[in-house]
Amino acid sequence: MTASEKLNRREVVKSLLSNRGETLVVSGLGQPAYDAFAAGDDPRNFYLWGAMGGAASMGLGLAVAQPERRVVVLTGDGELLMGLGSLAAVGAEKAGNLAIVVLDNERYGETGQQKTHTGRGTDLAAVAMAVGFRTALTVADEADLPEAIRIAREGEGPVMVVIKVSEAPAGMALPPKDGAYLKMRFREAVLGDRTPG
Amino acid sequence: MSDIGAVKGDPTWPDELYELLRQQGVTQFAYVPDAGHRVLIDRSLADPDVHSVALTTEEEGVGLLAGAHLGGARGVLLMQSSGAGNCINFLSLVKGGNFPLLMLLSMRGEFGEGNPWQIPMGQGVQACLEAMGVICLRAEKPEDVIPTVSAACTMVFKSGSAVAVLLTQKLIGAKEF
Repeated sequence: MTASEKLNRREVVKSLLSNRGETLVVSGLGQPAYDAFAAGDDPRNFYLWGAMGGAASMGLGLAVAQPERRVVVLTGDGELLMGLGSLAAVGAEKAGNLAIVVLDNERYGETGQQKTHTGRGTDLAAVAMAVGFRTALTVADEADLPEAIRIAREGEGPVMVVIKVSEAPAGMALPPKDGAYLKMRFREAVLGDRTPG
Repeated sequence: MSDIGAVKGDPTWPDELYELLRQQGVTQFAYVPDAGHRVLIDRSLADPDVHSVALTTEEEGVGLLAGAHLGGARGVLLMQSSGAGNCINFLSLVKGGNFPLLMLLSMRGEFGEGNPWQIPMGQGVQACLEAMGVICLRAEKPEDVIPTVSAACTMVFKSGSAVAVLLTQKLIGAKEF
């Protein structure tokens, strides 16, 4: 397969988040945050700019707190590899409303395109199944994408959908960086709340 | 014989502490086990009205409770002092986002410690946490625990601060080797 045939991450995320309804999104740092922002900014997106390895944990805390809403963690292979243990907590908690979508380019895209472990044999979907996710799958072809997106949006969680995407850099689309602003607008949109605790 | 039960004698504060946290509206108990938190962990696991989340490493709890806050839930992060070091980079999220965070640390590596490997982190906990913007309060005696955690809850849930309560080895006793 040539690079040009591989899935384009921006198009994948645009499809995933179109007509998103009440879906809440936590995006891991780097390209997944840019992808989510490029698909259309929304106060119900919390874009991480740091805390690498923390996206899945943050999504779990949110999913437990908001069991009636779909929570999608949108992250990259490098980010998730740094918090691989957090998948065990997700698998144990069995949050039915939580989906982790991994945009897997098998590269550390922000630091010079070094290969990650997914390019050297690590199978994240297999890890997810091994720690108790209800569903986990890996897709690489356009034809499989609609069903993968349906599972990410509707499948009983915890769900992991690994989407192999092109390693070609998609460019920057920079969301707001102020964590307090992102937090307050998220809470206001979801809870109608401006109180600190 | 080593005292793996850790907490000295049969104090009443661990149960009172659980009740205080529940009165404060805490519904997510995130923990890496430590003997000093045994009662809190067991009671949270037995309580159908809360989520008790076992972590594989402590920094997951920092992310978890930030997510809980986004969703309108209150939580507490329970760990041994050695876990403080694991949390450091994730505290950037807490500081950058002004997220409330309540941490309870059962201390090792201080008063009467018999394992030299515990001393460096135990001695560094407060300096490390304070460097990352976490306020540290210490409880040295049984009668300190409830007022200290109560004050911490006010600082966290009313002021949106990040506060760690250090349950010291004077309070919980040192493990024997």
